[in-house]
Amino acid sequence: MTTTVGYDDVEVGTELPERLFPLRRADLVRYAGASGDFNPIHWNERVATAAGLPGVIAHGMLTMATAARLVTDWIGDPGAVQEFGVKFSSPVVVPDDDEGATVSVRGVVEKKLDGNRVVVNLTTRCRGEKVLMAARATVRLS
Amino acid sequence: MPLNQDFVGRRFVSPVPFQVGREHIRQFARAVGDDNPLHHDVEAAKAAGYPDLVAPPTFLVTATPGALGLPTDDPALGLDYTLIVHGEQRFTLRRPVVAGDELIATSTLTSIRTAGRNEVLVTTYQYETTSGEEVAVGTCTLVSRGTAPSRDVPAGEGTR
Repeated sequence: MTTTVGYDDVEVGTELPERLFPLRRADLVRYAGASGDFNPIHWNERVATAAGLPGVIAHGMLTMATAARLVTDWIGDPGAVQEFGVKFSSPVVVPDDDEGATVSVRGVVEKKLDGNRVVVNLTTRCRGEKVLMAARATVRLS
Repeated sequence: MPLNQDFVGRRFVSPVPFQVGREHIRQFARAVGDDNPLHHDVEAAKAAGYPDLVAPPTFLVTATPGALGLPTDDPALGLDYTLIVHGEQRFTLRRPVVAGDELIATSTLTSIRTAGRNEVLVTTYQYETTSGEEVAVGTCTLVSRGTAPSRDVPAGEGTR
């Protein structure tokens, strides 16, 4: 229950450098199995396009979990996350090729709260578009 | 077709506890590409002060009924999963979820509103241990694309 980042070591404006996360079709299938969300729009092109989507899209929860990794990898302790909320603003279309989609995530400490807690604001993009809005995690630091 | 408003306010309680298992935590962590030892190595988790493996922050999405964690398996609601996209999601964790937890999820469909041609469903969740400790609460907003009630004006009526 100890984070590798100390409360006194961060300020409002401290940046979490951008990281790139590839999402391929196989990742969507793996997430479907692990999460139990087998909605075919996340693995079946025919169903996705018939439903009016541009193609197979990643589970929003997979994008959210990917964004969370920037924070949990930064602090080292995933148990220190107390609150995490996002709005899904644009779908992450994952083409059926070897590259898939690349999601970029960067963050900035937005607030320092009592109890050694900080709020990290995350910016998550795919193909230049913001795929998450109002993505904020509250974490308790050492 | 519009969703059935009769479902607003309905509450669903998981009939059996959701058993948080080590292998499920490991499987979920692998699926999100997370190799943090606290998700995989029991000794590492214990050394960090946890009773067992720690679940990733979004793991609780697996602990609710229905394919999307919705209290909406009842076909009478009229939900077409292929028309659903996720709008918003929030978790508030009172403490980390750990392997060995037995959780009862209570889901409440709090609203269905129209937004243009879409309908927006909001569901709130509460997760308690079988001994009554609240572990987390959550909110899920889903968008049902194109299912809003038709706004066609009946013949003979003008718009103001």
